[in-house]
Amino acid sequence: MKPSPRTLVLFAVLALLAAVPTLAAAFNQPFYLDLFRRIMIFAIAAASLNLILGYGGMVSFGHAAYLGIGAYAVGVLAHHGIHNGWLQWAVAIGGSALVALVIGAVSIRTSGIYFIMITLAFTQMLYYMGISIEEYGGDDGIRVAKLSQFEGLIDLANPTAFYYVVLALLAVVLLLVHRLVNSRFGMVIRAAKSNDARTRAIGFSPYPYRLAAFVIAGAICGLAGALLVNQTAYLTPEFMNWTRSGELMFMVILGGIGTTAGPLFGAAALLLLEDLLQGWSLLPKLVHNFWQFYLGIVLVLVVLFAKRGLAGLLRGSKDGADG
Amino acid sequence: MLLHKAVLAGLVAGLFAAAPALSQQKVKIGFITTLSGPQGVIGNDMRNSVELALDHLGRKMAGLPVEIIYGDDQVKPDVGKQVADEMLKKHQVNFVSGVIWSNVMLAVSPTVTGAGTLMVGTNAGPNQLAGKDCNERHFTTSWQNDQTPEAMGKYMQEAGINDVYVMAPNYAAGKDMLNGFKRYYKGRIVDEVFTRLGQTDYQAELSQLRAKNPKAVFVFYPGGMGISFLRQYSEAGLRGQFPLYSVYTVDELSIPAVKHAALGQLETRYWSPDLKNPANQKFVGDYQKKHGRPPSFYGAQSYDGMMLIDSAVRAVKGNLADQKGMIAAMRKADFNSTRGKFSYNTNHHPIQNFYLLKAVAGPSGKDPVMEIQKTVFANHRDSFYKECAMKW
Amino acid sequence: MILIIEQILNGLQLGVMLFLMAAGLTLVFGIMNLVNLAHGALYMVGAYLATYFFQATGSFVLGVALALAGTLAVGILTELVALRTLYERDHLDQVLATFGLILIFNELIAMLWGRAAIYSALPEYLQGHLEIAAGLRYPLYRLLIIVVGLAVAAALWYVVVRTRLGMLIRAGASNRTMVAALGINIRLLYTVVFGFGAALAGLAGIMAGPIYAVQPGMGELVLIQVFVVIVVGGIGSIRGALAGALIVGLVDTLGRAFLKPFLATVTTPSAADAAGPALASMLIYLLMAVVLALRPEGLFASRG
Repeated sequence: MKPSPRTLVLFAVLALLAAVPTLAAAFNQPFYLDLFRRIMIFAIAAASLNLILGYGGMVSFGHAAYLGIGAYAVGVLAHHGIHNGWLQWAVAIGGSALVALVIGAVSIRTSGIYFIMITLAFTQMLYYMGISIEEYGGDDGIRVAKLSQFEGLIDLANPTAFYYVVLALLAVVLLLVHRLVNSRFGMVIRAAKSNDARTRAIGFSPYPYRLAAFVIAGAICGLAGALLVNQTAYLTPEFMNWTRSGELMFMVILGGIGTTAGPLFGAAALLLLEDLLQGWSLLPKLVHNFWQFYLGIVLVLVVLFAKRGLAGLLRGSKDGADG
Repeated sequence: MLLHKAVLAGLVAGLFAAAPALSQQKVKIGFITTLSGPQGVIGNDMRNSVELALDHLGRKMAGLPVEIIYGDDQVKPDVGKQVADEMLKKHQVNFVSGVIWSNVMLAVSPTVTGAGTLMVGTNAGPNQLAGKDCNERHFTTSWQNDQTPEAMGKYMQEAGINDVYVMAPNYAAGKDMLNGFKRYYKGRIVDEVFTRLGQTDYQAELSQLRAKNPKAVFVFYPGGMGISFLRQYSEAGLRGQFPLYSVYTVDELSIPAVKHAALGQLETRYWSPDLKNPANQKFVGDYQKKHGRPPSFYGAQSYDGMMLIDSAVRAVKGNLADQKGMIAAMRKADFNSTRGKFSYNTNHHPIQNFYLLKAVAGPSGKDPVMEIQKTVFANHRDSFYKECAMKW
Repeated sequence: MILIIEQILNGLQLGVMLFLMAAGLTLVFGIMNLVNLAHGALYMVGAYLATYFFQATGSFVLGVALALAGTLAVGILTELVALRTLYERDHLDQVLATFGLILIFNELIAMLWGRAAIYSALPEYLQGHLEIAAGLRYPLYRLLIIVVGLAVAAALWYVVVRTRLGMLIRAGASNRTMVAALGINIRLLYTVVFGFGAALAGLAGIMAGPIYAVQPGMGELVLIQVFVVIVVGGIGSIRGALAGALIVGLVDTLGRAFLKPFLATVTTPSAADAAGPALASMLIYLLMAVVLALRPEGLFASRG
């Protein structure tokens, strides 16, 4: 099978990402290591949202909740002196999956706007819970001075090593989502998105499949949360702010909804755009001062006129979820 | 297809090529604050004051031109850290300054000091950085968070005010404020009420308050919450009934939005626009001339931040590699502060006076102004410096 | 007892404010099937315009009238320029595009008026208190909000149930294609309904101005609560919006007032101190989750 152009571009981008540490060292610009690592972490979160939003048609407006759960799992364990990375990340993934199971079990019974709102409501509850827990700093949050420890294997305090860990995880997540949506399981999810009644008619009750997808997405996003808290070395309930859920959705749309590579393109585009609008010295001061105004305009224009996102620009000859 | 690849490759290469020339003969300062969203009003005041300070310095420190880079933290700790990383690694700044919020500060300061760069905080003073996590590269030109409510606690204790009703938003700073207050206030507290962060309507809480019939009320409501609270407090007719004492609730940024609803308000603070010293009169006068309104304490601290950095650069005669020398110079607090003379404690937090301020009627037709009533604390030290291991 | 009555009044007042916001939003949801996150921005526009026009004209009534007209115009303009193309799109597009509109509106206001909160005055004759019962003095302006809110609810009920426009609105909410097939100018109907909803949100903002902080982003603070109202009440139903608003207003107010003292009677005071405020701020979301778990279409769903 000949790979589609989109697949080739994805591989090219991953190859470029792999070269970032070398380039950053060559140009003496270690900052880009941080920036691209952050982009990749958000790409993992966006990829998990893409699974339920892009393929499953479940418009979750509370996906930041799992970013928060994953971050809290790592931060809280570290606060109590447990630094074992395997344990921390397992709790992050397992905890997020569990929370997603509870939220999903209630939410997936609803649909449309009700689904959007109930996922938002659950995330708001977790957010307010986060800012009320004094032990973990409330809204101040707490510093996570010692990163997740993987004795003898890898040291996350080394920026380059951490970078490659994130890159590897991103590749695994993208592959996982890709395999998942093209499996029998994924067929049911995608069929339920386009026609709920028909899915039922051919003998599948979509509920358990949707719930499973919701839980998997939560678990992956929990992993992103564990990475994010290591990236910032700081735990804060801000990770669960409702605007953050909106940003994740924007990344999915901007990159190209329902495509394998979309979340990565979207995360990169949004975070680079924010950076450019604020800091690019060629832009006039009026742009810097009101940069969110221009971000808003880009958002509206993308939704109205570039629905297929960046990945849509690279669309190959055939349609579908081939990435 | 190939074209796209080429474009992407070009884009990435372009980003990296933006690297600055390595030899720098200027002082680079990164200033992190909040410039977007509703809280951008504070950041704007800080930026105005930084610009004014640089103007007063002729945009030079020890003969070296100053380059200032502003960063917007969006009130998010992770964004603040990201901005700090960018300043440190991309712009290779000599100093990072600013930071309004404790949570952003707790994420930013260790990043900056850990990278071997000097941090000059100009607002947030979380207790961790004054106590066990103090750092020789971290200075603050403002205060330790608890100092201000401590001053109010002391004042109310000494004035013999009993039966106080206490209110604050339900978040970490709100609880810190109460702890600071209670460290010096030993009288009876009728009730402690924590409201939702960002709440706009306080009518339910005000009804409860009236029913408890306290002798006085102490609150902490920064920003928009304070504006809503004050307006509703006076609209509910409580202003004449229960005297209101507060910290960080009424300031030069909120007075234009509450006007007469602020009249009679008592606040404690380390600085006031009417402080009589040459540096302050110059700062307040020129700010008023340039922007048509008085500066806030956020501005005064930020102005001081630039002056502190200038004193350090002058002490080492522009040799920015001499960090030891700059730290030693900053410890002397050898500059004309807008608050008058002060000194640094071993934890690099100011030992300074705190005053009782009152919102009084301004010149006819103008907004109320804050005026100093009395000195509550002379040379007040914060309550955490003993936990700081630093010795000098 | 007096205190409980006073708190119920407080809950009522919060409820009618939420209702004014919710009414427009629920109609737009119900009829155009549009999720409009930028509804809070219209509330903000109303507050700013009222402040501006009151200052410019010196008359509160005139200021309110001009602000209402202004918000109506802004609403219609937004509908024509941006939202019209979104009706046929899915909810995801609508959420994102209107999320973008929030940023645009907030920054526009910041460009025009600055980021600092502005002073919104209250005329002399609306200040002061009214003695409702012995020992119960209630702020006049808050009573006015309750009266205006209930009057608008009654007027809306009349329009929706008794007029031709109302008939079209009800028909549109239950079957859009049918209304279009009957030869009704559906585009015009949409624009009218949207403008109408915008003006109601503006009215809420106008009334909020003198007691809350008028600043960019003020709309988002109430927006999420309004969504809770609509979802609890059932989307597309004015009756649901009213019931939902009053329930949410009362639950939120009474929770803030009495949850902590109540918890103190069943647990230790320190546990109540810690849990009370946290639980009070989560209460309405909890309410919404429970309602949706039991009745996934809300209490008064307009569509089967």
